Amino acid sequence: MATDTETNTLVAFVRERAVLIALGLFVALLVADLFRKLGTGALTAASLAGFVKDGTVLGLSLGLAGIGLAMTYSILNFANFAHGDYITVGGVVGWITAFLVTGLGSFEAQPLVLLRASSRTLGISVTTAPVAIFLGLVVSVVVTAGLALLIDRIVFRPMRGQRGIALLIASVGVALAVRYLLVFTLQTGPRGLTAGQATPSWDLPVGGGSVTITAHEATLAVLAVALMIGTHVLLRYTTFGTAMRAMADNEDLAQVSGIPTERVIRTTWLLGAGLTGAAGFLIALERGALTMSFGWQLLLLVFAAVILGGIGSVYGAMVGGLVIGLASRLSLVWLPESFIIAAAFVVMIVMLLVRPQGLLGGVTTV
Amino acid sequence: MSARVDDGMAAVSEWFDGRSDAALLLVLAVGLYALFTGVSLVLGYDLGGIVNTLRRITFLSAIYAMLVLALNLQWGYTGLFNLGVAGFMAVGVYTMGMLSTAPTTNPPGLGLPLPIGILGGVIAAALVGAVASLPALRLRGDYLAIVTLAFSEIVRLTYRSPVFETFSVAGLSLGTGGSTGMSLPTNPIRILFYENSQEVTSPPSAFGEAVFGTFEAIGVRAPVVEGTAYAIVLLFVVAGVYALLRRVGNSPFGRVLKAIREDETVAGALGKDTRLFKVKVFALGCGLMGLAAILWRIGGLASTADFRPITTFYVFVALIIGGAGSNTGSVVGGAVFASLLFEGPNFVRRVVTQYVDIGIGQTPSTIFEAVGPLASLDVTPLLAYTISDVNVSALRLVLLGVVLIYLIQNRPEGLLGHRTETAASVDLSERPGGEDR
Repeated sequence: MATDTETNTLVAFVRERAVLIALGLFVALLVADLFRKLGTGALTAASLAGFVKDGTVLGLSLGLAGIGLAMTYSILNFANFAHGDYITVGGVVGWITAFLVTGLGSFEAQPLVLLRASSRTLGISVTTAPVAIFLGLVVSVVVTAGLALLIDRIVFRPMRGQRGIALLIASVGVALAVRYLLVFTLQTGPRGLTAGQATPSWDLPVGGGSVTITAHEATLAVLAVALMIGTHVLLRYTTFGTAMRAMADNEDLAQVSGIPTERVIRTTWLLGAGLTGAAGFLIALERGALTMSFGWQLLLLVFAAVILGGIGSVYGAMVGGLVIGLASRLSLVWLPESFIIAAAFVVMIVMLLVRPQGLLGGVTTV
Repeated sequence: MSARVDDGMAAVSEWFDGRSDAALLLVLAVGLYALFTGVSLVLGYDLGGIVNTLRRITFLSAIYAMLVLALNLQWGYTGLFNLGVAGFMAVGVYTMGMLSTAPTTNPPGLGLPLPIGILGGVIAAALVGAVASLPALRLRGDYLAIVTLAFSEIVRLTYRSPVFETFSVAGLSLGTGGSTGMSLPTNPIRILFYENSQEVTSPPSAFGEAVFGTFEAIGVRAPVVEGTAYAIVLLFVVAGVYALLRRVGNSPFGRVLKAIREDETVAGALGKDTRLFKVKVFALGCGLMGLAAILWRIGGLASTADFRPITTFYVFVALIIGGAGSNTGSVVGGAVFASLLFEGPNFVRRVVTQYVDIGIGQTPSTIFEAVGPLASLDVTPLLAYTISDVNVSALRLVLLGVVLIYLIQNRPEGLLGHRTETAASVDLSERPGGEDR
């Protein structure tokens, strides 16, 4: 009799968490297969370490780019499809600045502004042109934040209080207008930015092989972590942070408590878009190249990171970014390269099924 | 300015209200045809050129009308925000291609008859839609949007992957052509005009010979005749889809859909399995998107570049112009979008090139060369830069973005959206004998 009840409880337990258990088994299978591959030598420790490193770098990029999205998502309650193009704007204006600072005087100004000057001749890297990189970062933050405020004033502010879907559609319009104005002024085509091969790098020995880490990957990683910690401190220990969390929780209650909601929204845009601009600049630095649509192409992955972490959670965006980054790069162990993006999307969809509130859901913007 | 545009749209939609839908569509068609005939005359086209212009407008309008009707069923009727339109279109086209292209071509297909291919494509798109809807429908609006968009990208990346460029299943070789795309079976309209419709080099049949001869005499060449006949057939297909959706909308099934849109909890409380209804509606809408895409690409090339998310946004803009919720509005939106927003800028470019002497090779290649001469009050370089091929395409998308923002801010109901199909089978706003009377 007792065992009967126990079996029933077990059956109920399994039934309730069928998807989760299936998922757990699948992951366990993958891990086992990973060890088998390492054991048989089908996969070397060095290439696995390479995947992990690439995944971490991508994950930190996505996490950094995702904080701004998570912040505006939690305050304004809409998925901002223009976010990817804010990333692009940050990258483009930051790099125009870096090009001008490095090349003005010895090169013609026009190709520098159009990012058409030869990146090899300019030879920008963190070690050769730290001032140019720093100024580029500052300009990308300032310009992107300014642009976001301007667009909020023209597009989103008249629509306050409308449904998320209406705002989402408006943001698609913003995305198209911003991206193709960039294309109109600067023209399409990839632009080389950094010194490429000449960038300093270190080889770390890993089980018979080695993993190369470039100075730009290291820069991105260090700055991304620093900016994330900075954001956390800001949101945790300042009045603005408290006001923002209160608004994310319950906007009406925040308003009757005397929180100046419009000012909080403006500050959120400034902060969020500033971080986004920095992310755009640093991602372009790490990749050594950009196109006028690189932010848009990242957008779905950034969404994946933010959703995975739980919308509105800044920590979530960081954790989600790392999970998505690692998942997409580690998928190379089993899948051909043409599927790495698709793999990241699948992870997001599965995650939404199993835990729609996100990994750190319930924890709103901390 | 903005207020005037708004007044204008309000006046147009008010005028529409007093007319029957058929009259409305007729006026729209006559208006667009007159406009584009006028533009063609300005451009100095001969009769063949004019017919070809009208053919292109008709063709694109019909395709977009079908896509918008399908999306309207999901969003306008049921409130499902599907951002994966392009992906479901791709499933339809690629399935049709893989079923019906000859096994000898590269990439190879199964060589099945075209009707089976088309039916297979539509069913595949519907099934994929149903499967995609299972997880997606548990999510709230904006998650659904992101998941469907991600889903359409998964579909596109899969078709583009070199892994499926050619592959074999059970000894049969198939392929998507990867990033180069796949050539699709010839247009079925050729059956009318050619002895062997599947051969590109086939001589015309007796009927084809007669028709081509007649039109050749007045300056309309054979491919234009063929294309025009196909565009006319498409208009009938649109009418069929319209009738189908109208029937669905007015059926008890349709009333449940509208109830879900208004308040899903209430619909559920009335004992309706709302999830099942949503899955069905998703499948039907996606199947129709697959059909529209097949009719769009057939006789040409299927390429993953045509199924980027921008295609989805095109359909959304068209739906918002027409007004979500109204079938007639969907057709109007599709036609207005395709002819004015999609094709219009190219015609503006041609007209400007006709009247402004730019000089061969004088188009500035950078914005600096274009803006610099403004200092000496010379606007020609800027104009030349603006209307160059690539820049018109860029500005067209800027315009699209601005139109989208404008509409959603000022007129989210579009031209005809205020006539949203009512959820009740009788008009509840009129209360015979009530106090209002």
